[in-house]
Amino acid sequence: MIKFLVYVAIILTALAIGYLVRVFELASSLKGNKPEEVTEKDNRLMSKIMLAFLFVLFAFVIWNLKSFVPRMLPEAASSHGKDLDWLFNFNMAILFFVFTITHILLFYFSYKYYGRKDRVATYFPHDNKLEMIWTVIPAIVLAVIVIYGIKTWNKITELADPNSTVIEIYAKQFDWTARYAGADNKLGASNYKLINATNDLGMDSTSAEGQDDIILKNEIHLPVNKEVEFKFRSRDVIHSAFFPHFRAQMNCVPGMTTMLHFTPTITTADMRKKPEVIEQMRGINTVRSKRQIGVGEFKAGDEKPVDFDYILLCNKICGNSHYNMQMTIVIDSEEDYKKWLASKKPYYQKEKVAVTAQK
Amino acid sequence: MDNHGHQNHHDHENHGNHDEHHHEESFVSKYIFSMDHKTISRQFLITAVIMAFIAMMMSFLFRLQLAWPGEHFKIINFFLGDKWGKDGMLDPGMYMALVTIHGTVMVFMVLTGGLSGTFSNLLIPYQIGARDMASGFLNMLSYWFFFLSSAVMLSAFFIETGPASGGWTVYPPLSALPQAMDGSKLGMTLWLVSMSLFIVSSLLGGLNYIVTIINLRTKGMSMTRLPLTIWAFFVTAILGVLSFPVLFSAALLLIFDRSFGTSFYLSDIYIGGQALEQTGGSPILYEHLFWFLGHPEVYIIILPALGLTSEIISVNSRKPIFGYRAMIGSIMAIGFLSFIVWGHHMFITGMNPFLGSVFVFTTLLIAIPSAVKAFNYITTLWKGNIRFTPAMLFAIGLVSTFISGGLTGIILADSALDIPIHDTYFVVAHFHIVMGVSAILGMCAGVYHWFPKLFLRHMNKKLGYIHFWGTFISAYGVFFPMHFLGLAGVPRRYYSNSAFPMFDNLIDINVLITCFAILGALTQVVFLFNFFYSMFRGPKSEQNPWNSNTLEWTTPMAHTHGNWPGALPTVYRWPYDYSKPGKSQDFVPQTLPLEEGEVDGGGH
Repeated sequence: MIKFLVYVAIILTALAIGYLVRVFELASSLKGNKPEEVTEKDNRLMSKIMLAFLFVLFAFVIWNLKSFVPRMLPEAASSHGKDLDWLFNFNMAILFFVFTITHILLFYFSYKYYGRKDRVATYFPHDNKLEMIWTVIPAIVLAVIVIYGIKTWNKITELADPNSTVIEIYAKQFDWTARYAGADNKLGASNYKLINATNDLGMDSTSAEGQDDIILKNEIHLPVNKEVEFKFRSRDVIHSAFFPHFRAQMNCVPGMTTMLHFTPTITTADMRKKPEVIEQMRGINTVRSKRQIGVGEFKAGDEKPVDFDYILLCNKICGNSHYNMQMTIVIDSEEDYKKWLASKKPYYQKEKVAVTAQK
Repeated sequence: MDNHGHQNHHDHENHGNHDEHHHEESFVSKYIFSMDHKTISRQFLITAVIMAFIAMMMSFLFRLQLAWPGEHFKIINFFLGDKWGKDGMLDPGMYMALVTIHGTVMVFMVLTGGLSGTFSNLLIPYQIGARDMASGFLNMLSYWFFFLSSAVMLSAFFIETGPASGGWTVYPPLSALPQAMDGSKLGMTLWLVSMSLFIVSSLLGGLNYIVTIINLRTKGMSMTRLPLTIWAFFVTAILGVLSFPVLFSAALLLIFDRSFGTSFYLSDIYIGGQALEQTGGSPILYEHLFWFLGHPEVYIIILPALGLTSEIISVNSRKPIFGYRAMIGSIMAIGFLSFIVWGHHMFITGMNPFLGSVFVFTTLLIAIPSAVKAFNYITTLWKGNIRFTPAMLFAIGLVSTFISGGLTGIILADSALDIPIHDTYFVVAHFHIVMGVSAILGMCAGVYHWFPKLFLRHMNKKLGYIHFWGTFISAYGVFFPMHFLGLAGVPRRYYSNSAFPMFDNLIDINVLITCFAILGALTQVVFLFNFFYSMFRGPKSEQNPWNSNTLEWTTPMAHTHGNWPGALPTVYRWPYDYSKPGKSQDFVPQTLPLEEGEVDGGGH
């Protein structure tokens, strides 16, 4: 019944607007003017709104910057990430300058040159000098952007240091598995045909290099100030390993191994002490504390305060639970990392223990 | 620059007496299977408006979920039923399907088929002085393939497993493996069928546009006297003809992988508890093929919008478009460069870093012709006598969003900077502003400006003003804050951002965006009303309501077959002689001969 009334109301409203428009049109044609004709009054009004919009737009932009920038990703926690942040700010400064200039010109001209009966537009079909200026200046600015960009890109993508810690990140619907290369720092062979219920990664048990490999889920630790080389594989569809805090990302593609390396520079403990991070976590915990459990998707625990953690996300659509494919990353000091690693047993060792226990 | 007199003198006399053997047309041949470019244009437009509205409603549903995750909304249940909207809560699979179909419909059905289909069909014969398209029959097929394609795309909402849901790019293996998710079952097959039909439509249309522009220009209409609209449609059609077949091959190989056990895109996959036989393929091949179309595609979308804008800004500033030849050069440069930049969508697929550098370079080159266009638009406004018709407002809005969105493109084109923002909301914000909003604004500008040619009537001006300001303000309101979500690291295509605490403090940004999205959607209702109302009840238009120079306004205000009742008009000058010194009025139609000593093409 209510649905029906809603429909009736919608139809009546549409009809009412229709008749209102009709009335206005008839009224203005009775006065002798054509309703579709743009009058000088319209031009003046629109030109003023154009100018007002310029101010509103910039006010909105500044308000956005002021209230949202403090909630952006905190300072980059990797060595190349710092270069990237610098490059980003450098480019943004140029772009913001261009944005400002062009928008002031666009809306100011729209304001200033609104149509009046007594005015005639200036016939100004082209000017080679002007056109040359705005071809050459963007070209020079872009050349600078390209040079800095490619320089940074080359630095990031050069081959990893042979001494870096090798870790495999293995993606599947919908979780991550990490495999540490162990004492020999070499990953053992694997084959997707060997995958079964106990051999999630399809590891080849005959591979000598794989005997010391350590397999981990949910959380991994990395040493600070030491380069890590990640090798990515995927079992089923394309995933993307996204480390937002380290400004690093690489797709995981079935059938091939992709690589990426970076050096973490800030331990999790140190990051938690940074004022900007404390401020952000306060914001996050305020939002969480206001949640009503059972309303919407929030379950018990979603209202509890949390502390900062580095995270690995999936950033390539991979299926229905794409949004919930995560792994915590902990950056430790060198000693803490060694202690942590020593507590982890290689996969085959663990498995042997399990097999003996079953017997 | 006097190139008058060196033109291809096609003999159109045999077409001249077209209307003498006019016969009564039946309803079917006049309105349904019509071969008349004007009717086909209207068919494209109405289909596109309906598809745009449906796609907008989809975005409204998933925006609700993003702002108020897991909340119960009756409207979600109303549209999606108990299967996908149980108790008004959006199903995660359906969320993916909505973003996928929203993207596909907007990119292909609305902004490729709808935009090019409407305005290329309407304006090419009109503005070059032709009786109709080169092949009316192919033109009709083009529309009906488009219609079928749209129908098949939407039909996926009525099947058990739902529509395709792998994102509008449908990357395999996700889209190739029915085991991966429901959206990769029958829905994906329908997506591929729909796209194949769409590609046929696009090729039939594109070939027709190219042939018509090359062969059917009237006497005196040299290439350098064409309005910029036609130049834009021309380059767009060439891009489409060269790139859509590549998408077709990508789709075909995907069909093979899905149905016939081939392994073009598949290798080393273990899914659903079993290891697949396929080895040796690579999903990256699909990405290359897809983006070889995909990147020209964004120019296929934006060039026609820019073409319409060029014309509208010039007419309503009462000034020649600034730098006509530079504009043609820019269109051609953009068209050419668009073919060698596709790799910038793939910087983090593990491609060779050197190849990445090459794509950075070529991509940033595109910024130069784009900058030239933007500056030329602004200079056209300078010292003009601007008449703010709703169309003009939309055109100015396009210049603004084209600049704002284009600038963030410079960040994304930089492979190094792309690493941390690839596939985040920064990308979503960027492309929505630069090609989504801009192209929609351009399309609206075109609809308001050429409504008198489409339906012989005017749209309501005041509702047009409301429509523009509502749309423009909400466009910035939706997409400007979205950049910040991306910079905070929020990935796109996430059903919910609260699976972990990292993004909890960004929820108010999503609420803000959704509020603006609702405002924007309501404004489109005003447009819909105005559009359909004015079609039947709007004030009748005069022959040349905007005092334009171009040929379409020399045709009578009636939908006669053959466009001009007598002989075809002869063209004597370029189309941009507005406010030319020494003339009695501020426009000089292209059909007016040059006076003695008068120089054509902007010389004076």
